[in-house]
Amino acid sequence: MSIARMTVVHAKYSLIETLRIPIAVVGSVVFPTLALLFFVVPQEAVSGNPEFATQAVVSMSVFSVMVGSLFSFGLGIAENREKAWDPYLRTLPAPGIARVLAHILSTGLLALVGLIPLLLVGAFLTAAEASPARIVLGVLAIAVSSLPFMLIGIAIGYSFPMKGAIAVVQVLFLGLAFGGGLFLPPEVFPGWLNAISEFLPSRQARDFVIGVVQGGTIEPLTVIGLVVWTVLLLALSLLLFRRDEGRRFR
Amino acid sequence: MTTLARLDGVTRRFGEVVAVDHLDLEIESGTILGLLGPNGAGKTTVISLLQGLRRPTSGTVELFGGNPADAVNRQRLGSTPQETALPDALRVGEVIDFVGSHFAARVPTAELAADFGLEELLRKQTGALSGGQKRRLSVALAFVGNPQLVLLDEPTTGLDVDARRTLWDALRRQHDRGATVVVTSHYLEEIEALAERVVVMGNGRVIADDTLQGVLGRVGQRIVRLTSPELDRVAGLEGVIRHEADGTFTVTDSDAFLVALVRSGLPFSDLTVRGATLEEAFLSLTHQEA
Repeated sequence: MSIARMTVVHAKYSLIETLRIPIAVVGSVVFPTLALLFFVVPQEAVSGNPEFATQAVVSMSVFSVMVGSLFSFGLGIAENREKAWDPYLRTLPAPGIARVLAHILSTGLLALVGLIPLLLVGAFLTAAEASPARIVLGVLAIAVSSLPFMLIGIAIGYSFPMKGAIAVVQVLFLGLAFGGGLFLPPEVFPGWLNAISEFLPSRQARDFVIGVVQGGTIEPLTVIGLVVWTVLLLALSLLLFRRDEGRRFR
Repeated sequence: MTTLARLDGVTRRFGEVVAVDHLDLEIESGTILGLLGPNGAGKTTVISLLQGLRRPTSGTVELFGGNPADAVNRQRLGSTPQETALPDALRVGEVIDFVGSHFAARVPTAELAADFGLEELLRKQTGALSGGQKRRLSVALAFVGNPQLVLLDEPTTGLDVDARRTLWDALRRQHDRGATVVVTSHYLEEIEALAERVVVMGNGRVIADDTLQGVLGRVGQRIVRLTSPELDRVAGLEGVIRHEADGTFTVTDSDAFLVALVRSGLPFSDLTVRGATLEEAFLSLTHQEA
């Protein structure tokens, strides 16, 4: 059985399972679109201004993918650690990498689905504008900048039991969203908050994607920040993953 | 007969605990092998070593001539999830298809469902199944890939008598079609109903490896309790395997022992005789080894 085929099979059943219990989908797909509808569309000053409106749509897109990644990896791994289904899957003749790729694939597909209503609302109900090529580049940029959030999810999944993971993810995504300027643009932040914000991966993801979509300059801190977060979180995830193997088997 | 799997001088530690201790075991095709032992004897660890879930601390584990940690070598292996592990949201048919899609020579879903009495349940989500139905599905999953070797860890623990017999019948039918089965249990009854060869484990080691009849003979012991001022001399009588200071004697043949006791003229009172539990039988086997 090839890795590609096994990846598709595992992603397929993981998606069926997720769609049958749609809370995570509601969180990442419906909520960001509602937020855009209620908080951005009625504000003429933002929704009528192409630059601000585009930034608002990008912020909500980053938010949507961030929430999807945190929930999918954080809760998914915490749940797998509590149920014996995952060890059973490891006895089947599928290489381990296929299950990891399937997790990324299914999360990515759900995230893409979540972006569609956002882009539609942005296109038809606000003055947001971007060429098709820029939109495609923007989606790629979101995919890259979602890496830190997937890794935070993995770290949470390996650190907390299911119920703890839900609480931590909820607190974290609100903090990252507000602090990263995804709900309110950082231009309205006081100086001290902006200084903190610039070090958050959510702010860096937002600035990076806005830079790609609007073609502005991307600050070195933004790119360096994303890389540093990714490397640090990858190291943390690997550490927690190894520690978990030792504990689970004792 | 060909060797399907082999453990060669395998030790597996979990921190301070030695779960499997220098174990040698060969699993040949064509049998139902019962792996019997009290809780903590190392049965489940042996299964997980063969599944490639764990690696030995030392020694080698071979599955179909290769390393069980490589997915390729697990193509002809069937195993069972704990019934509490089934994904609640997936339907029975979907779970069978999901697991089946890993195997080149898979059994069609309808055929497997008929074998394990799951036809009526295929459209149900596994979360809606009863405990017995979940267990049947779990065991059925071990056979979806047309396996040569099947590992079943406590397949009927907690089931009622009817459900247990139904499952045993299904297992025997699968075995008749050519699957070699390794089944662990701490119930002697289950091993008696299924196994041809029995390996008894205790403290991570093989205590006995014999035919079913041979092992039954070795664990079919009696416990005699009595009070007597001469316990040491009672312990010296024919057929006493072991004894404790409180006047508990493990004997092979209680009738012969009583005749010997009466003939010896030793004083005794408060005599009781009962069959040994499996746990006690294991203890005396371990004792003999040591």
